[in-house]
Amino acid sequence: MGVINFEELFEAKLAKNEMIEPKDWMPDNYRKHLIRQISQHAHSEIVGMLPEGNWITRAPSLRSKLVLLAKVQDEGGHGLYLYTAAESLGTSRDEMLDALHTGKAKYSSIFNYPTLTWADVGAVGWLVDGAAIMNQVMLQRTSYGPYARAMVRICKEESFHQRQGYELMTHLAFGTPAQKEMAQDALNRWWYPTLMMFGPPDVESPNSENAIKWRIKRETNDQLRQRFVNQSMPQIDYLGLTVPDPNLKWNEEKQGFDFSEPNWAEFKNVIKGNGPCNKERLASRNKSHNEGAWVREAAMAFAKKQNENYQAA
Amino acid sequence: MSDNEALFKYTLRLGDTSLILAQRLCEWTGHGPFLEEDLALTNIALDIFGRGKSMLEYAAKLEGKGRTEDDLAFFRNDREYFNALITEQPNGDYAKTIIRQALIDCFDLLFYTELAKSKDVTLSGIAQKSIKEITYHKRHSFSWVNRFGNGTEESLTRLQNGLNDIWSYTGELFEMTEVDTLLIKKGIAVDLSVLKPLWEKEINQLLVKANLVLPESLYMHSGSRNGLHSEHLSYILAEMQSIPRMHPTAKW
Repeated sequence: MGVINFEELFEAKLAKNEMIEPKDWMPDNYRKHLIRQISQHAHSEIVGMLPEGNWITRAPSLRSKLVLLAKVQDEGGHGLYLYTAAESLGTSRDEMLDALHTGKAKYSSIFNYPTLTWADVGAVGWLVDGAAIMNQVMLQRTSYGPYARAMVRICKEESFHQRQGYELMTHLAFGTPAQKEMAQDALNRWWYPTLMMFGPPDVESPNSENAIKWRIKRETNDQLRQRFVNQSMPQIDYLGLTVPDPNLKWNEEKQGFDFSEPNWAEFKNVIKGNGPCNKERLASRNKSHNEGAWVREAAMAFAKKQNENYQAA
Repeated sequence: MSDNEALFKYTLRLGDTSLILAQRLCEWTGHGPFLEEDLALTNIALDIFGRGKSMLEYAAKLEGKGRTEDDLAFFRNDREYFNALITEQPNGDYAKTIIRQALIDCFDLLFYTELAKSKDVTLSGIAQKSIKEITYHKRHSFSWVNRFGNGTEESLTRLQNGLNDIWSYTGELFEMTEVDTLLIKKGIAVDLSVLKPLWEKEINQLLVKANLVLPESLYMHSGSRNGLHSEHLSYILAEMQSIPRMHPTAKW
């Protein structure tokens, strides 16, 4: 009788572009990498509700209020699918939330920047969600089935968000002088943090190699960053806004824009916890979770009683 | 008062009540006790905002002075708002938000079911759409009242405190003015005195099921029908209206 080599089966599936499903054998480091990545992604959605949620009560028209509220709700929904996808790998929501609340788990650093004006809501939708889509489109074909399927739905909704963000910026850029100033100021503040979202330069990116081998990632940080800049420039031109980068110019030879690197020292600092809002975001998550403890306990106690009554009947 | 003026005031009252309630509910977005509830409450806020927007659009049209629903929402002062007092009360803890919602959902389902029969086709149309939504909202809030009332000692205490805080704002929901009288005659408005015993019956059943008792004082606050509010409303409006007031000529 031949011995089944699980690792070979796993590699063969990857090679054939087949999905790995929850009950399939998988290497430990593949599982660990995915749990880390999917839970971070889920945390980013949940923490990401805060900077935009900050403007729901102040949205300047009824329509924009409905759009923003629906958008923030979508982000929560994404968090929910992703937590569920991560649970299929053998972790639990409680474990993941605990890691978030104690500061052990990371989330996208971009959400440690503040939303200071209404234009920031537009900039976040347009630039931040735009950058997120660029990272996420490839995840629709990632090797782990539940993650890939969650990403199909998430990407559809994110493209809506990006369009809504751009629409908001359009109102501002073609509006009153004060509105236009607000739009330019938001672009100035969000440009470099958005470029940072693609991660450190390829030469310094420690997790990329395995991620590409496992089809968890399909393009490098630098490739994606370049593509984002190329895609954004015509949109920025249309709005009549300018990028806060004196070195930005078209490079005929590479058929793409040259641009300045973001300040990577700032990037590291924000990851370390020194961003403008790291403490507030974490404190806000902890506060809601702690204040919700009695609600969750009541729900559990009620369910237990119901179950006992049901069994007694 | 002309019929049109009465209809404008009536529609404005309904629009304001939905708008301010939704404004309160969306304070929870991103801060719910757990993710599923965060999403559920946000969804409810969205429905209620949608209804408020439709009502204010219609009110603006009835007024015929070229104002839009946004002008009505963002450029009126608290003395010109006619939302029911119960909607502007602070959310408090989740138990208070839930019991406030249950009391309102029960009223709203009875109210909009009647309004769906209105001779005014716009109001009737908005009401028909709302019935489906409110049926779901009521199922949600009633099930949580039951859960808190039969959950832990803490959840019952919190629920009872919430009820004690909010009960005195329920009487006003049934108040009628000359606007109501005039429009009832025309088959447009809902006769609230007919709804009252139905509401009381349902709420009493809910309270019994959830081990709650009515507060001893049965005093009821009043004022919103005349644009007289609690101190809370002007803070809600200050926050909600800040950007349009800062940029009065801007479009968003």
